[in-house]
Amino acid sequence: MTMPVASVAKCKTPAAEHKTAEAKHKTIDIVQERGQREVFCGLTGIVWLHRRMQDAFFLVVGSRTCAHLLQSAAGVMIFAEPRFGTAILDDRDLSGSADFNDELERIVNDLVVRRPEIKTLFLVGSCPSEVIKLDLEKAAERLNKIHPLRVLSFSGSGIETTFTQGEDNCLKALIADMVQGSPAGDDDVAFSRPCELLVLGTVADVVEDQFTRLLQAMGINSVAFLPTRSASRLPLIDQNTKVVLVQPFVGESLRELTRHGLQHIQTVFPFGAEGTLRWLKAIADAFDIDSQHFDRVVEAPLSRARTAMKKVAEPLQGRRVSFFPDSQLEIPMARFLYEECGMQPVEIGVPFFDRQCIGAELDLLPDNIRFVEGQHVDEQLARLHQDQPDLTVCGMGLGNPLEAQGLATKWSIELVFSPIHGFEQAADLAALFVKPLKRRQLLKVPA
Amino acid sequence: MKLALWTYEGPPHIGAMRVVNSMQNAHYVLHAPQGDTYADLLFTMIERQNHRPPVTYTTFQARDLGSDTANLFVESVLDAAERFKPDVMFVGESCTAELIQDQPGSLALGIEGLDVPVVPLEHPAYSRKENYGASEALYAVVRAVLKDDVIPDQRTPSVNLIGPSSLGFRCRDDIKEVMALLQSIGVQTNAVVPLNATLADIKSLPQATANVCLYSEVGRTTCDWLKRQFKQPVIDVVPIGVTATREFVKAVAEAVGVDATAALQNHASRLPWYSRSIDSNYLTGKRVFIFADATHAIAAARVASEELGFEVVGLGTYSREFGREVRAAAESYGIEALITDDYLEVEDAVKSTEPELVLGTQMERHMAKRLGIACCVISAPFHVEDVPARYSPQMGYEGANVIFDSWVHPLMMGLEEHLLGMFTDDFEFSDAAPSHLGSHASYASDSPTGDAITPQQVTPGNIDAVANAAASQTNTAQTDTSQIKTEADGLQGNDSLWTVDAERELKKIPFFVRGKAKRNTERYAGQFGLQTITLETLYDAKAHYSGS
Repeated sequence: MTMPVASVAKCKTPAAEHKTAEAKHKTIDIVQERGQREVFCGLTGIVWLHRRMQDAFFLVVGSRTCAHLLQSAAGVMIFAEPRFGTAILDDRDLSGSADFNDELERIVNDLVVRRPEIKTLFLVGSCPSEVIKLDLEKAAERLNKIHPLRVLSFSGSGIETTFTQGEDNCLKALIADMVQGSPAGDDDVAFSRPCELLVLGTVADVVEDQFTRLLQAMGINSVAFLPTRSASRLPLIDQNTKVVLVQPFVGESLRELTRHGLQHIQTVFPFGAEGTLRWLKAIADAFDIDSQHFDRVVEAPLSRARTAMKKVAEPLQGRRVSFFPDSQLEIPMARFLYEECGMQPVEIGVPFFDRQCIGAELDLLPDNIRFVEGQHVDEQLARLHQDQPDLTVCGMGLGNPLEAQGLATKWSIELVFSPIHGFEQAADLAALFVKPLKRRQLLKVPA
Repeated sequence: MKLALWTYEGPPHIGAMRVVNSMQNAHYVLHAPQGDTYADLLFTMIERQNHRPPVTYTTFQARDLGSDTANLFVESVLDAAERFKPDVMFVGESCTAELIQDQPGSLALGIEGLDVPVVPLEHPAYSRKENYGASEALYAVVRAVLKDDVIPDQRTPSVNLIGPSSLGFRCRDDIKEVMALLQSIGVQTNAVVPLNATLADIKSLPQATANVCLYSEVGRTTCDWLKRQFKQPVIDVVPIGVTATREFVKAVAEAVGVDATAALQNHASRLPWYSRSIDSNYLTGKRVFIFADATHAIAAARVASEELGFEVVGLGTYSREFGREVRAAAESYGIEALITDDYLEVEDAVKSTEPELVLGTQMERHMAKRLGIACCVISAPFHVEDVPARYSPQMGYEGANVIFDSWVHPLMMGLEEHLLGMFTDDFEFSDAAPSHLGSHASYASDSPTGDAITPQQVTPGNIDAVANAAASQTNTAQTDTSQIKTEADGLQGNDSLWTVDAERELKKIPFFVRGKAKRNTERYAGQFGLQTITLETLYDAKAHYSGS
């Protein structure tokens, strides 16, 4: 069982990559595009955040459109009563004949009675609330004094945020209460001492458990994940806490944390066998974990992941893939598909570039890729038809139309809804991309 | 400001989108922020539409607000006109754009050299909803095309079908069924709008003898205008159910002037015989709760009551515009209509009426599943599973067949019901065991607050209290955890009244009627001032309420 040692060496982790906060990444040409953006707004993140944080309620202050988006966007309605809702503004609110604070207070009172188990309430700003300049931060402060629950606010509006930026803003809103010595006090924090490592971004519960076990086996015992499963049990952080990203869309929260003195472990994201290995190795190096010990810890799961990947990813070899801008996961996914599945990315569209988050991933991508920031959906579709990739990763609004035109697609929303991080899920992630291709081979009915 | 968890209707621009998407070669430029493009997937996912809806969104962002969103809109119109070359261009705005007051209608009308007819839509997004938006969009385009036309000298003996649209319940199949029905009495369909309609179809509307208003929610305003403008009578009968279909045939024949006697003698539905066959005895008096758009709610109540022999215990709609009609229908069943767009209110009504079948929308499917009640979806809003691959209209004679099958199937029927009642001790008949209906949820095991509930809150007496969020109740007498009852017995009410014997006997009653038995017995005890419910009381109450 000596394989891991050799394998680790093979995975060409640049030793210095994570040592300096401002690592130099290679430059790439990016086409900026403006036009119709076929991307969700930040409110959409509520669909998973409200399940992740079980004692939190998300109250969107917005319009009927916001409410309709929330119940339609995910394509699912969960049978349990949702822990989110929309305070729908009406003519009285717009004309000013109803007092905003009174109205909001009435709704929050009702909510508190109806859902007494709620410990944290997020007031979520929307396009209309921002255009008419409702101050949700002040409203939250006010409600905090009235109710024995924590009230926070963040923006999920489409004029300010795209899809996954809602989560970024939500997490950023939590950070102030996590800093040691914050007025929130120790009641709210889960740890009596600041954690050593903060893992930033939503992961599936099972992934959190797997990573926690691996990190503890490496010798890092004080690990916290944000968002937490309980919004009222937040980890404590201080200048000795190191932060590592597990999602590429949490840049604002990251910058907020580094402002508080936290050290950012820059690396790739833990997708696939090699991505997970690099991610863990970067953490291990940041904590000066003995490399032989590290190899021993990752040996079994790494070997499992590689074996499973070999079995699953074969159909992707040599295939061409294009991405429509969606969740910011486009570049990490392209890296995974290129490096670990042998696919050739053709065009990668992203809502926006955040080099601090995805720089390490860019370094691992080949040069012949067309990068597009922003979107003009009609132009992008025209290019797609020119390119004719074997697989297109796109949102649900485009999936069926593209399939009908003969292009295989993968819904990008599954990438934020499924456990895809880590060694044990590496092959599952590859399988997500294999499935649409395999299905086309299986079906003998005419297109 | 109003709290909404799930909503029955989207905003008005979604309704407009349904109309534009229904039409052929029409386009809609919507002034809207990023995020509003979610609406595309309603069409591509729920209806599995194989092309993008014909909508261009300006998707303005915060940084555009300071500069020139109006210009962004104009550019989007020009780009869409060039790219898609539509026959007609709708322009409008979503809720956020309404606030920035760019007035897209005037902007589009003012664009020089824009070589396409423009239909401006102005929907008050903060006071109206989806069906209003659909109705107004249809009216706007019909009026724009026909406002200068005059009553034609001669008309073909034909009708127009007004109202079927994208994301309307089973519209695709209803049109086919109704057109075949008309054909069978020698009446041509002049035009169907808006579904699959071209501008030429709209232009031809005045040629028909009469207009059939198939779905008032979308077509009523247009039918009324056509009646005023072109003196076209409106046929209001919605052909859902055998009787209504026959009335529809009569009404059309009369309006167009054809003889339908032969066709009426030879109706093609199996529903009447299926409903009279002995197996259907079990359907008698099944308690049904109906909540839908007005068209489907009113029609379903009639079919349930007159053609299946159900008892309508609840009837309501979220279509406030047609509240009057639904109230009148409810009155004829001796009940009070529920007119609301708050699904929590509907859930409370379902619980309190204890139906055996819920006919409703996607929302009712959810609540019925939580409550362990059989359910069938009969109206928008619906999910992808309610857009079946097979032909399954609601209207006409085939529609009646489809209704018989799809409403009866979810119910517990015949010998299964008897066996459950006979041998309640059979371990495989436990309350949690599946019948052909699948496993049952129950009132107690799956509380209305879903996963958020804690055991301390679930005592037999306060399940409703939790649901109703009556804080005072949740704070009193609920701390005694010894009262916690976890078996899924579907009970609610006052357990302290019951003796051990009576309670044991109660549990021998099959779970699907146990709630009713318990409620009746407690009502009986209350009425006669009894302090305890004994075994005798249980049967006294049974006798007291027999036949009622």
